[in-house]
Amino acid sequence: MKSLKAQDHPLSSSEAEIQHLESDMPGFSGDSFASELKKINLFPLKPTQIEVLQINLGKMCNQVCKHCHVDAGPDRKEIMTRDTMQQCLEVVKNHSVTTIDLTGGAPEMNPEFRWFVEAIRSIDSEITIIVRCNLTIILANPKYHDLPEFFMKHRIEIASSLPYFTATKTDSQRGDGVFEKSIKALKLLNDQGYGVEGTGLVLNLVYNPSGAFMPAAQAGLEAEFKKRLDDKYGITFNSLFTITNLPISRFLEYLLRSENYEGYMEKLIDSFNPVAASGVMCRNTISVGWDGYLYDCDFNQMLELKVTSIDSQHIKDWNEKSLTERDIIVKNHCFGCTAGAGSSCGGTTA
Amino acid sequence: MKTYYNPEDLKNFGKIGEFQKPLADKFFEYYGEVFAEGALTAREKSLIALAVAHTIQCPYCIDAYTTDTMEKGCDEEQMMEAVHVAAAIRGGASLVHATQMMNKVKEISM
Repeated sequence: MKSLKAQDHPLSSSEAEIQHLESDMPGFSGDSFASELKKINLFPLKPTQIEVLQINLGKMCNQVCKHCHVDAGPDRKEIMTRDTMQQCLEVVKNHSVTTIDLTGGAPEMNPEFRWFVEAIRSIDSEITIIVRCNLTIILANPKYHDLPEFFMKHRIEIASSLPYFTATKTDSQRGDGVFEKSIKALKLLNDQGYGVEGTGLVLNLVYNPSGAFMPAAQAGLEAEFKKRLDDKYGITFNSLFTITNLPISRFLEYLLRSENYEGYMEKLIDSFNPVAASGVMCRNTISVGWDGYLYDCDFNQMLELKVTSIDSQHIKDWNEKSLTERDIIVKNHCFGCTAGAGSSCGGTTA
Repeated sequence: MKTYYNPEDLKNFGKIGEFQKPLADKFFEYYGEVFAEGALTAREKSLIALAVAHTIQCPYCIDAYTTDTMEKGCDEEQMMEAVHVAAAIRGGASLVHATQMMNKVKEISM
């Protein structure tokens, strides 16, 4: 499967995506989400404080997942350079972020990945470093086989997608054979001490629905995942994060193609939860694109909606005051983060 | 094409109170409490509802509880097993009456 970009698909354009989000439903306008925030006095949406720097190291990935909001895949060549990483390190050195969240694509495919992790750790021995590891990358090539050891050495926290504890559902979303490889990779991580009680090495799994429906309640599903993975494969992990699919990129294309768009959006809108709205991740996170530009979140990054703080739109121009005082850009895809128990890269928010 | 069942009507279920509010309010309050976590989990209750939906052959309920069970983290295998439970009871309910037929056959046969 090729990325939407490689197919030259109309939805590979962020303008086209935004247009769908603003006009494809009766009784729905471009400021529908903003109107909901106004009702609960949260508009304009403001940051609380910047604690998390989520850095997208590139769109290249060894997988082509059907729901991917990044439209990542082997055919994507956008990769962060060492120069841009150096600019990120300046922010780590001089500002108050407490968590670095490395994502992609497969972040490990960036040739400077290990250098960057080592550099962050040498600046701050205590800072939390999360790597969003897709698991299969560990087995994709011999040069990645020692990743579990590398992760352990630098006390990296692992967050890995596993849509379900069975092969059928996992492979239908992430590609043939992904489940089997993911199980092998999880065993390697467990062998290294990840997800094992008492080691302090954190392995969290991420669940997102394989279709046009909402995620299950996080606590109940976590218990189910733990039981099934332990009983059948002897695999252990720390927490399960449930994430709602946001209607952008490949998931938007799926919703439109399968005629589920309207029903799915109605469900997100009907499930708007003010508590989840006040806890959205864009309030404490800045997302850095592969080219160094700054965004409110990874979704706004993919929609090419740069932060509104004009003097601080690139990592090299980082101005914490401007960023903290900025208005966060909200559009109708944001209903995905505020539905039900809420959704963020760390799971539910309400 | 006009049909007796319109999928769009499912989302209007909550509006039945327009014609008789007090009874609708009581029903929905009861309904909500029935499906809350209790001695059975909300997930178990949703699977029971899916099986019952097939027994009573209500298309609204089948749509609603297919989505609901998936949103409770059930997979296709579990959902189909629930429907087989309904089918087994329905089939069994027919077959168990065969005992009456057998009794009658014996009664009237030499």
